[in-house]
Amino acid sequence: MIGVPYVWLLLFFVVPFLIVFKISFSWMQPIQPGYAPLFAWVEETQRFVATLNLSNYQVLLQDSLYLSTFLYSVKVAAISTVLCLLVGYPMAYAIARCGPSTRNLFLMLIILPFWTSFLLRVYAWVGLLKTNGVINNTLLALGIIDQPLTLLYTDFAVYIGIVYSYLPFMILPLFSNLEKHDLTLLEAASDLGASPMKAFFKVTLPLSMPGIVAGCLLVFIPAVGEFVIPSLLGRTDQLMIGTVLSAQFFSARNWPVASAVAIVLLLLLLLPILLFQRYQRRELEAAKR
Amino acid sequence: MNNRGWFRNGMLGLGLAFLYIPILSMMVFSFNNSRLVTVWDAENSPTLRWYVRLLENDQLLGAAWISVQIAAMTATGAVILGTIAGLVLARFGPFRGRAFLSAMTTAPLVMPEVITGIAMLLLFVSLEQLIGWPEGRGMLTITIAHITFAMAYVTVVVQSRLAGFDDALEEAALDLGAKPATVFFRITLPLIVPALVSGWLLAFTLSWDDVVISQFVSGPGSSTLPMEIFSRVRRGVSPDINALATILVLIVATGVVLSTLYMKHEEKRRLREEQMARSGN
Repeated sequence: MIGVPYVWLLLFFVVPFLIVFKISFSWMQPIQPGYAPLFAWVEETQRFVATLNLSNYQVLLQDSLYLSTFLYSVKVAAISTVLCLLVGYPMAYAIARCGPSTRNLFLMLIILPFWTSFLLRVYAWVGLLKTNGVINNTLLALGIIDQPLTLLYTDFAVYIGIVYSYLPFMILPLFSNLEKHDLTLLEAASDLGASPMKAFFKVTLPLSMPGIVAGCLLVFIPAVGEFVIPSLLGRTDQLMIGTVLSAQFFSARNWPVASAVAIVLLLLLLLPILLFQRYQRRELEAAKR
Repeated sequence: MNNRGWFRNGMLGLGLAFLYIPILSMMVFSFNNSRLVTVWDAENSPTLRWYVRLLENDQLLGAAWISVQIAAMTATGAVILGTIAGLVLARFGPFRGRAFLSAMTTAPLVMPEVITGIAMLLLFVSLEQLIGWPEGRGMLTITIAHITFAMAYVTVVVQSRLAGFDDALEEAALDLGAKPATVFFRITLPLIVPALVSGWLLAFTLSWDDVVISQFVSGPGSSTLPMEIFSRVRRGVSPDINALATILVLIVATGVVLSTLYMKHEEKRRLREEQMARSGN
């Protein structure tokens, strides 16, 4: 009974990664299942033969397309994470300093969009950012611009999409950290002559570091592999790694190369994932006390 | 001081506007008569024509039905598995493989969906080759994949709920001679009911909303609603999707408000009961 979730996760979470790892060393094969077996029984020599193929990884290293895609994905995710922090921090701060009843109302307002479809919220931005979309039409009508701006299918649109979709993931850990701060510390700082600005940078900001780290990781990690947002809002001349992986998988049907891309992406994100897990463990231990 | 209050509330207001304007704009334009979607046709709007068209669209309605079934099965499965995992992690002391179980339950929370998707699909393909199950891909494989990532969320919710209570109540009951099963059903389960309700809703929403993982592990004839929407919106904006979005937002908003009220009510009742129990001493 107790082992059920354990076995489930082993079978459906750990084993799949081992399979991806295995197939990343295989070849593409036109017949089912689409990749060559790594181990084969060779009749003539009466022996098991294991063949390890590193060419998929060589492709990743040599083809500049992959390198630039990886770099671009990390860049987009990093910029979006910083933007998300800049938008989310003041919001979390304001909510944490509200009275208890308004606080719950605001928290619900932050979480509510998260419950509605992620896909439809990204799609809403297509209607806003299009050449003849709501933003351009409004700006034209107000006479602020004469020519519609190119907003959709740009880096900017992807940043907006990521910030918009992941904002609750930034705000919630920040809020749960800021809420616990001892406000008398700020009073002490002010009594000792610190300006509110200085008190914020010397007291509040350092204390909220765990919340900042958790929020940033919760945005950054999934954003690197994001697929829906760049395919609806992003550039067509520069793809993100999630899009390339899906294209290799669905269009090119090259499962071994797609697996190798997945493994490299996973290795890239391993450190942030481990960091996040450490934070999560600490939070739960703190809750126990 | 007053200045800072203004700044704070101003940022909060702007942030909330940023969150809600896109959704509201989508809802407003769902009543627009023009085919151009974002150009308001003042003469013939508002209109319900896209809602009517939506209700006639059997493909979307069928996909919605498939999504509801998958989401309900996912939520139930994820709550059962996630509750056991959360209980084990919160209540069983150190045991062999604890760190591993804990790592396995939090990893799906942040794993990019494309990686989970490809991993699940390759597992199903390999399993089918090896033992002939699952036969092909469809609702079953989507549900299994969804349970796997949704149970991580339920585990965290249950675990943090249990971390808020010490285990003195359970121990006292055990000391008084109650069987472990009785303790679970009479004490632990009632304590975590709010976590189970929110966990179920969360898992349902995650499954209902997922497009990336479903795309990898679905088969012919098992397109979920998000998959149908995605293939439509990739071709550009379409007015009936706006109508669909409006309906979904309204359903979700009602659901969230109702469940928040319910949760508050339950919390109050629990506090009152605790107080009564204390004053009875």
